[in-house]
Amino acid sequence: MSTPTLTAKPAGDAGAAPDAVPVLTARNVSIEYQVSPVVRAVKDVSLTLHRGEILGLAGESGCGKTTLAYGLNQLLKPPALRTSGEIVLHDKDGHDIDVAALSGDALRAFRWDKVSMVFQGAMNSLNPVISIRSQLFDVFDTHRPGMSKKDKLDRSRELLELVGVDPNRLNSYAHELSGGMRQRVMIAMALALNPQVMIMDEPTTALDVVVQRGILREIMRLREQFGFAVVFITHDLPMLLEISDRIAVMLQGEIVELNTSEEIYRAPAHEYTRKLLASFPSLTGERGAFVRSGEDSGDNTGGVA
Amino acid sequence: MGTLEVRNVTKDFTIRNGLKRSRLRAVNDVSFTLEPGKTIAIVGESGSGKSTVARMIAKLETPSSGEILIDGTPSAHRGRALAKYRHNVQMVFQDPFASLNPFHSIRHHLERPLRIHGRAKTNAELDRAVEELLTRVNLTPAAIFAEKRPHEMSGGQRQRVAIARALAPGARFLIADEPVSMLDVSIRLGVLNLLARLQREENLGVLYITHDLATARHFSDEIIVMFRGNIVERGPADDVILNPQHEYTKLLLSAAPDPRNQGKLRDEVRSELASTSAASGEAVGVRDRFGTAGL
Repeated sequence: MSTPTLTAKPAGDAGAAPDAVPVLTARNVSIEYQVSPVVRAVKDVSLTLHRGEILGLAGESGCGKTTLAYGLNQLLKPPALRTSGEIVLHDKDGHDIDVAALSGDALRAFRWDKVSMVFQGAMNSLNPVISIRSQLFDVFDTHRPGMSKKDKLDRSRELLELVGVDPNRLNSYAHELSGGMRQRVMIAMALALNPQVMIMDEPTTALDVVVQRGILREIMRLREQFGFAVVFITHDLPMLLEISDRIAVMLQGEIVELNTSEEIYRAPAHEYTRKLLASFPSLTGERGAFVRSGEDSGDNTGGVA
Repeated sequence: MGTLEVRNVTKDFTIRNGLKRSRLRAVNDVSFTLEPGKTIAIVGESGSGKSTVARMIAKLETPSSGEILIDGTPSAHRGRALAKYRHNVQMVFQDPFASLNPFHSIRHHLERPLRIHGRAKTNAELDRAVEELLTRVNLTPAAIFAEKRPHEMSGGQRQRVAIARALAPGARFLIADEPVSMLDVSIRLGVLNLLARLQREENLGVLYITHDLATARHFSDEIIVMFRGNIVERGPADDVILNPQHEYTKLLLSAAPDPRNQGKLRDEVRSELASTSAASGEAVGVRDRFGTAGL
């Protein structure tokens, strides 16, 4: 591997505004899949996520981006194991939560309340046999046991309205909704407890561009309104460049470049970032100018498939 | 060399809902002509009918009306004449992880169409033909790749096998339905460049079905934009992308991510929120209510 381009500043902080307040810090996180042979999926990754920031995590299949996201949320299941590193959430009431040390009820209370997640293939993550209403109510039943039925209903309707879904769809089942609507419902669910961090794993990958644009706009608007920070995971670098404040590029378990979107676009430092950028033909630019490599190139990268 | 012509093709699907039946027109009166050495891209979103067009050309669906002509003669739907049509027209599917049989070696995948279409009979001929096919799609050394099974190969390599398999019967026209959408971004261009080279050097006619406007522009001569079964716009690739006429094409183009628009969406959203500050104030109130009182 080539050397990472991170500077020695606070680890994983490259490109951040000087007045940015961190909300989630990961330091030297390594994650292994303990199979034989051991797969080192995430290698010594450091990241700092700031309040209200959209941090893009770009990389191809097998680069470890989803594993890292699961690690940040303490969602890893054997054979995956975090072998080193610490993950700290700087709660808005001032004290720090050592995410890595959480387990049992404390972990249960932490998840979704502080850090929520929109899963990969969110379109298919809704339960097909219970209504949207019951699934939203589940969140409140677990985390806000005192809430009255009316409050839950009001809040559920409000959440759907926030993400642009007709509140009357509350009684619908997943199969009655379009892909875009299902995705919006997933986002509503992630918003339910007003978390400080939202991890979105390929939230728009299976959607048509027009629908995707609507959802991105929704995410941006909700972020402005509620000020949560987003870790946005995707392989779609042009999209990340458009929406993120900073971008981390992952390759084979390592963050090889981390900087502001402007810098990544203007002056990509790592060879792999340049290669990723060169993989997307420009829509309106010079015809054919994008083809920077021959047809044989690149078939052998992409990490563990 | 002849052409592949799609003439006034329409496809209706029957939808049964309990005892009710309704009709869905998936493709409505679509016509175009694919010439050797040219690439036509059909772009559109899911449900636009673009894949149905591809499947009708590949004879996986029968048109409700209209005709598909090859070299000026209507194509058959069964028997020997259909087999002959399939010598010439072959399909590359979207998912290379599903379109190859995990039990069989790559050699098997390529030998079958060679045998069925009578391109090679003796073992020596088959060996030579397999090697040639793998070389044409840049899977070399061919002798090693021929013995592999699909799981030993990357997505890009598998899609090259799928292309080689489509070429095996001696196809002059390739129908590629989203051939790279399942692949990692850094290897997509490799597969598309391979298709482009085959089209150029072997005078292949390629129908490229995609939702990706950027690759459609760069890899095709002509672009056809479909919306709900209808062709809403068509023309030379650069004209359609750089100077779109139809509202739907404009919408598609405005929705495509553009890395040069950094922060534009954020600024738009901010100014929108600022102009409706009353509404956003309300939303903040909501947050307070549920951030603290909600407990």
